Amino acid sequence: MLARTADNLFWLSRYVERAESLARILDVALRLATLPSAYAGTSNEWESAIDIAVCRDLFFESYDVANQANVTHFIIAGANNPYSIRACIETARHNARAVRTAMTTEMWEILNDAWNEMKRLKFESFTSKDLTKFLAFVKEVSLRFDGAAYRTMLRTDHFWFQRLGMLVERADNTARLLDVKYHVVLPKTEPVGGGLDYFQWSALLRAVSALNSYHLIYRGGIKPWLVADFLILKPQQPRSLISSYEALNTVLDHLAEQYGRQGASQRLVRQTFAGLQNLDIDTLFQTGLHEFLSRFISDNNQLGLAISEQYLQ
Amino acid sequence: MSDRVMFDETGGVDGDPRAIYREVAAWFKQASPELIGNRKAEAEAFFRRIGITFAVYGDEQGAERIIPFDILPRILSGQEWAKLSEGLEQRVKAINAFIGDVYGARECVRAGIVPEDLILSNPAFRPEMTRIKPAAGLYSHIAGIDLVRTGEDEFFVLEDNARTPSGVSYMMENREAMLRLFPELFSRLRIKPVDHYPDELLATLRSVAPQSASREPVVIVLTPGPFNSAYYEHSFLADRMGVELVEGHDLFVRSNVVYMRTTEGPKRVDVIYRRIDDEFLDPLAFRPDSTLGVPGLMSAYKAGNVTISNAVGTGVADDKAVYSYMPEIVKFFTGKDAILKNVPTWRCREASSLSHVLANIGDLVVKEVNGSGGYGMLVGPHATKAQRETFAAKVRANPDNYIAQPTLALSTVPCYVDEGLAPRHVDLRPFVLSGADKVRIVPGGLTRVALKKGSLVVNSSQGGGTKDTWVIDDSAEPVRSTQSQAQTQSQA
Repeated sequence: MLARTADNLFWLSRYVERAESLARILDVALRLATLPSAYAGTSNEWESAIDIAVCRDLFFESYDVANQANVTHFIIAGANNPYSIRACIETARHNARAVRTAMTTEMWEILNDAWNEMKRLKFESFTSKDLTKFLAFVKEVSLRFDGAAYRTMLRTDHFWFQRLGMLVERADNTARLLDVKYHVVLPKTEPVGGGLDYFQWSALLRAVSALNSYHLIYRGGIKPWLVADFLILKPQQPRSLISSYEALNTVLDHLAEQYGRQGASQRLVRQTFAGLQNLDIDTLFQTGLHEFLSRFISDNNQLGLAISEQYLQ
Repeated sequence: MSDRVMFDETGGVDGDPRAIYREVAAWFKQASPELIGNRKAEAEAFFRRIGITFAVYGDEQGAERIIPFDILPRILSGQEWAKLSEGLEQRVKAINAFIGDVYGARECVRAGIVPEDLILSNPAFRPEMTRIKPAAGLYSHIAGIDLVRTGEDEFFVLEDNARTPSGVSYMMENREAMLRLFPELFSRLRIKPVDHYPDELLATLRSVAPQSASREPVVIVLTPGPFNSAYYEHSFLADRMGVELVEGHDLFVRSNVVYMRTTEGPKRVDVIYRRIDDEFLDPLAFRPDSTLGVPGLMSAYKAGNVTISNAVGTGVADDKAVYSYMPEIVKFFTGKDAILKNVPTWRCREASSLSHVLANIGDLVVKEVNGSGGYGMLVGPHATKAQRETFAAKVRANPDNYIAQPTLALSTVPCYVDEGLAPRHVDLRPFVLSGADKVRIVPGGLTRVALKKGSLVVNSSQGGGTKDTWVIDDSAEPVRSTQSQAQTQSQA
């Protein structure tokens, strides 16, 4: 297939996944912001939201305070924010239009419908009801897009590149979510396991639709290190880092098989995946969760670059 | 126009329906306004959903628009179509022979059929092509011939499009919409299918692959990109043919061979169905500022390693001055009289015609020889005095650049407009595919409608719309069940 087509598929899937992550981040922030500070702590949810969305500098170019109105507006449709939810869906739809032939009608229609729907929305006069509705809508677009891809695409390189984009982005998002929350929730002086972080960690689980499944795996209530274990090392949890890498490994194997050639991306993915398989949560906490996550985010970026060099140019 | 009697193909809004429209007329007559309103809304939703859009140049806000679609079909009988189709094949064969002759022996000039300066001074004439022999001697593999009708048996060719005719995706999507909206009519009438067009196109393109191509020639569609007004169509055709849709920078030329950049490295390309104008194809050969094309493409073409479709320089055959010579061109190259008539045309380059045109400008349609898309033309009877005078001055200043035709009483087909059902002028663009093995024509084409009352301009950029075009299979076979009909349709 054309390198440009693969590139477009890879990126548009990243953008759809990112739009969903942003919606989830806002969801959590909204929920935490409604809690009395005795339960949620004094941390500014809105600052941590822009940290996870990695748009701190851009944000403060336009606003002075990180409060609900400013942050939600900036993240869903900020005029100078190239990674707002609106921008992600627009870019995804634009990329999709450029490679319409590479995806199925079902996938195209979902993005095109979403884009048409967004053109109708008046973001300037959003009420909180509109906001919740919009966030649900964005998550649904991503779910439907993913489902359509899974159910309608031929299992050839087109599909593998679509999956690669989604998985690389998903791994990045989960890692960032954990990293930022880890800082905000666990300042060095705070005793771990107090009532305060319960809501923070449960909100985090909710952000990845994993609150219920957490309870199925761990019986003993919400503990920060178990949440980390769940989102990093549990292959059963579909948004965990190890899950993403297991899938990335499989997908890159399929590509290597179809093309009859291995390359740097296959080597990198195997390395990171093996690293995760050999890790346990105690070692991880000893070496430092933050250090681990920073390195993971950087390795994940390297993988993105390797994929790009190997296939997308 | 209004003082002349116009031919309505259905028999008129209030009149008795012509035989061929009887079923359809009965359906629309029994349908309640609500039902019709619903079907219209469904059609609108269908087109918006699939994203079939076009862009209007110079229109900032309407970056992507939908061409208005009218749900009342336009119908031709099998016999009418048979005659048209024979005429189309003849005409396109002549066009291809003519282009080959223009870039070859120029016998038509020596025989006095076409004046030489008309060819050499034509901006679409490409001297490079005198040194290039395209596969099978074919130039215009895909031609769109615009037809108009003025009476029961009166069809005329209004224009030949031998470069990169567009609109075929509308022909197919209009049918798709109608199949969803009016399944009951499709089960009652035997309508010839059009959905095999992409297969026919691919077969045609493969048939003209260069000799050096592999047994399964690699065909691609070359587009200027998503911002082009016909981008939807480019991606639609690539998709339906199952070939890659590429942009200029996806291709490169090495040792006079064209390659595309793929996830597995370079892959050789044999046939390029390009939807880019000649000037932009190769910055080394034509416009150096073009970023849409592929440097070195023309050398690969010259070396016979790739087929460009349509060939470079086919524009010499579809200019409106050459058009006026088409009856002679057809006769010269096919040895027979043209089956499809031309609209009588005055060439302003000839002094006697010029004075006639200037004296009667109020009754004529005056067109720029190289104009297209409904731009650069004057419809005399609809123009103000001032507009006519300005146009007349332009014609006087550069008579070679203009031709004039009588304003024909174009046939009408009723359309659902704001006021209700009202007659609107239509034309028809069938698509003619010329391959090394044979000529292929899918029964039907794109019917364009001038949606403004009284207007004769059907171009989408000028407020035109479209209708589905039905060719009825009236061969004397017994009527089959709907299901087996659907099966044969998809196999055709």
